[in-house]
Amino acid sequence: MCEVKSPGFWWAAIVALALVFGIPLFAETYTLYTLTVFAIMAVLALSLGLVWGVGGILALGQSAFFGIGAYVYALIAVNMGDSTWALAASVLMPVCVAALLGYFTFFGRISDVYFAVISLTIPLILLSLINSASGPAYQFGKAHLGGYNGIPGVPPLNNPFDLSDVLGFDGMYYASALVLVAVYLVLRILVRSRFGRVVAAVRENELRAELLGYDVRYYKLGVFCIGAAIAGLAGALYAAWGASVGPTAFSLSFSAQIVIWVLLGGMGTLLGPILGCFVVQALSTWLGSASGVSPEIALGLLFIAAVLLVPSGIVPSIQQHLRRRRPAGLVSKETP
Amino acid sequence: MILQTHDLWRTFGGVAAVSGINFNLKKGELRCLIGANGAGKSTFFKMLTGQIKPTSGRITLFGKDVTNLPSHAIARMGVGVKTQVPNLFNGLSVRENLFMSAQRVMGRKPALEAVDAMLEKIHMTAHAQTLAGKLAHGHRQWVELGMILISGPQLVLLDEPAAGMTAGEVERTIALLNELRGQRTFIIVEHDMHFIRRIAEKVTVFHRGRVLVEDTMEAVVRNTEVRDAYLGQHGKEAR
Repeated sequence: MCEVKSPGFWWAAIVALALVFGIPLFAETYTLYTLTVFAIMAVLALSLGLVWGVGGILALGQSAFFGIGAYVYALIAVNMGDSTWALAASVLMPVCVAALLGYFTFFGRISDVYFAVISLTIPLILLSLINSASGPAYQFGKAHLGGYNGIPGVPPLNNPFDLSDVLGFDGMYYASALVLVAVYLVLRILVRSRFGRVVAAVRENELRAELLGYDVRYYKLGVFCIGAAIAGLAGALYAAWGASVGPTAFSLSFSAQIVIWVLLGGMGTLLGPILGCFVVQALSTWLGSASGVSPEIALGLLFIAAVLLVPSGIVPSIQQHLRRRRPAGLVSKETP
Repeated sequence: MILQTHDLWRTFGGVAAVSGINFNLKKGELRCLIGANGAGKSTFFKMLTGQIKPTSGRITLFGKDVTNLPSHAIARMGVGVKTQVPNLFNGLSVRENLFMSAQRVMGRKPALEAVDAMLEKIHMTAHAQTLAGKLAHGHRQWVELGMILISGPQLVLLDEPAAGMTAGEVERTIALLNELRGQRTFIIVEHDMHFIRRIAEKVTVFHRGRVLVEDTMEAVVRNTEVRDAYLGQHGKEAR
């Protein structure tokens, strides 16, 4: 059945929109401000959820596309004073980088493990480059890369037809949350489409997919580029939200964090990465404000506990539990 | 000729797994390949399907040179391949496995209909929603066979299709192959001599990377060279 015709899709959309518009009725401004960055990071988590969880491509350096998106947005928005083209470029540039990297690795038949390592080197190279880009040579129009300090004064999102109409805290919350809902719903459609099914099949057995006549290289490249576009979009939103970008977007710890979100929430699901991201982000925020507890140690312990107790992730574990409780008569004859 | 190989060679680190094979296959033929382990059957098979590139020589399929084509391009020409160890999408259901094969060659609706028909044909309707990874070996063989046949390939390559099957399943496989005989062209690699005897028209015997003999099953069984090289271990059961 086509995903948009399924009741589950519309229920998911209704619940998500109810949450997006319902939360501001009760939440304070600070909570909305925090939820905005959670939503942005959840978009980033979804990008890896698609590439790794659905496509089986372990892209350890997904943060590279996030960082590229953030920097491209900052450079263009600072120069043009308009977020519209900056937002478009922040999606396109990571796609170009992903296409280039993906072409050489997927068409060069680089194995999965090597790909993971190669993908991890990209943010590390960019981290090193950006950190050293503090001299006057790194001035691009009105924007300066700023080395370790990054780019301050990044303009917020604005109305494409009225540059003076910029988004405040509330507007940024709605924009980020709606982008998250839109990305989630679009990915639901994508995963259940012909393309998505082939991508999942390639994850399951690359050789079999090849022997059935699918050119797996294009499917891998396609899903990798889509993931890069989503990560770039998240990066742009992050830059607009925080009004600055810094090289920490390319750091190893940030790259690892995205992997943890997906693993904790559950691979192969779209809800999992979102949930994993929200749980880890909320805990980090809470632990950061609580004295006497190291957030890194506490999160490390949580991750070890999660791997031992729910090795398949939170969402798949809940799904398995519900499936076991469901009466046999309710098991549907699913069509592919 | 539907398939021809011309002086096909494949070496691994100086060791020749396949040494100068010239092989011809007519349309509608059902050819069995036999030979001891290490005779070069699987390497030959993998070269035909694009999984391994030949060191030298040429492969012509449907009149076109496919020597350096990748697997997916060869599959798209109408070649179905069943590998030695069943290769399925373990995380997908039996229905989804069949659908993945059908949807490449037909639209969604005809593909769904074809899946239902194939499930019945391979006696797997009751297991349609079972994950392929949870199936018994014999069932996995059937699902893979179903995946290949559902796309309607002109040339079907089966590597040990009866391995791990129960006697009943082997009988059904024989019946299916006999039913399809003449409609499609087959190359079958198999060790089970009872199975080969029931289906074979012509047999090609591989030995040390070369074609030792190519003849009818009866002639092959009588051939002393073949008996010395291979049938010593299988000859009794074949007779």
